[in-house]
Amino acid sequence: MIIADRKPFEEIKELTSKAKNILIAGCDSCVAVCLASGEKEVAVLASELRMQRKMDGLEGEIEEIVNVRQCENEYVDAMRDKVEKADLILSMACGVGVQTLAERFPDKLAYPALNTKFMGRPVEPGVWKENCEGCGHCILHLTGGICPVARCSKSMLNGPCGGSQGGKCEVDPEIDCGWQLIYDRLSRLGQLDALVEIMLSKDWSTSWSGGPRRVIKESAGV
Amino acid sequence: MKSGSNLEKVLSSGHFAVTAELGPPKSCDPEVVEKKAEILKGFADAVNITDNQTAIVRTSSIATGVIVARKGLEPVVQMTCRDRNRIAIQSDLLGAAALGIKNLLCLTGDHQSCGNHPQARGVFDLDAIQLIDMVRRMRDEKKFQCGEEMSVEPRFFIGAAANPFADPFEFQVIRLAKKVTAGAEFIQTQLIYNVEKFARWMKMVREMGLHEKTYILAGVGPIKSAGAARYMKNKVAGMDVPGEIVERLQAASDPKAEGIKLCLDIIEQVRAIEGVAGIHIMAIEWESAVPEIAERAGLLPRPQID
Ligand code: SF4
Ligand code: SF4
Repeated sequence: MIIADRKPFEEIKELTSKAKNILIAGCDSCVAVCLASGEKEVAVLASELRMQRKMDGLEGEIEEIVNVRQCENEYVDAMRDKVEKADLILSMACGVGVQTLAERFPDKLAYPALNTKFMGRPVEPGVWKENCEGCGHCILHLTGGICPVARCSKSMLNGPCGGSQGGKCEVDPEIDCGWQLIYDRLSRLGQLDALVEIMLSKDWSTSWSGGPRRVIKESAGV
Repeated sequence: MKSGSNLEKVLSSGHFAVTAELGPPKSCDPEVVEKKAEILKGFADAVNITDNQTAIVRTSSIATGVIVARKGLEPVVQMTCRDRNRIAIQSDLLGAAALGIKNLLCLTGDHQSCGNHPQARGVFDLDAIQLIDMVRRMRDEKKFQCGEEMSVEPRFFIGAAANPFADPFEFQVIRLAKKVTAGAEFIQTQLIYNVEKFARWMKMVREMGLHEKTYILAGVGPIKSAGAARYMKNKVAGMDVPGEIVERLQAASDPKAEGIKLCLDIIEQVRAIEGVAGIHIMAIEWESAVPEIAERAGLLPRPQID
């Protein structure tokens, strides 16, 4: 899922300071599962902001709304009544949600209250880690189901580099070396010979390097 | 002869090679480079010119290499994948070859977070092995990475690095084999302070016959003080500095002299290991130590080959 984290309150205060009526719009999907959005998170931010704005002598109302997914037109369009009354929609969704709001409500400001981080998953309570960069051509079958693109700090395909020690990455001792993980998993599966093959340079045109991407499914068209 | 470089000639004629390292300055002062080149000239067969080592901005390795060559010392230009994609790398390599550079060391590169611009976006379009493969094809097949042909190809003597002290230990040897398959004709290792572990690594290298397919230059270097040794031990990724080394420098009345003595001891030990074709002396910001080390290790005069 998409993992996000709320921006520091100071930054949110700053980016909302010129608005009068604000609608805080939460999303109940990925970002709620990683505790960055949802009913409670929206309510907390709304009350923090109300208090701060009162202290700063700012006028205006702060409204709250949470919908199932902020990245789909149907759900977003259903917010229209509340949006009409606001000058600014403060989105507590990922970057996709913010952009959906901007597109569906072209005359309203839509600002992010979250920093969208990565595609990943919870690995232990309170810890989420990155798994996939959406490179557009998956090679997990070659690397024991562990992604070298997203989980090696240098996206090496023939790793590990000379900085890998004790299972940790040279970038930060908090980061597991992706190639150590790949090595361990392939050795467990008895497939270490897969690592002898040279993996040739990747075609990055399927990734963001090829420009913003789209997926077309004829069967889903109307 | 792939490149006709001095380093290639020295190695292919069976001499025990000596390379050194010359770090470009954090400014555009050519005199700094010229001074270092003057110190090293005559004491090494070629000198590595680092490419923004540890991700700190310095004069480019190719430009520095050209200045060094003008001083009569042969450069080994280092090229990393951190800052350039395949387009920029190939372009720079054509330029380097046109300027007379003959030795190239292919590296993935230290991560940008280690350096003085940790906010930079890293490139890593290729890794070191893919870079070696690309350079070999450019030279031997006269082809760009995309497959298009070129009329005049860059003729480099292709090198790569290896770290016997990185993990997973066994995989690092497999990775060396991949580098050799990709086209690495010489290898320079990480600084060796744990000779016992290096010897174990070389045993695996010999078992795979890699020492017969590539020239392995053992990385050595003097340490100035116990503090510097401790720093390398604890702070530098990919280093293995045993406690005895720190203690030996700590106990010395003249740590600098002891550092050189230690380096000489290591040279003697690694020279005795089958499959070691030379040494690579890394005396970073201590170039003046290289002549003394080469002299006292009995590695002078350097062979003159035409
Ligand atoms: S190979 Fe690409 S698509 Fe597959 S997990 Fe890695 S980044 Fe994602
Ligand atoms: S230490 Fe491991 S994860 Fe980090 S850059 Fe090197 S190979 Fe990649």
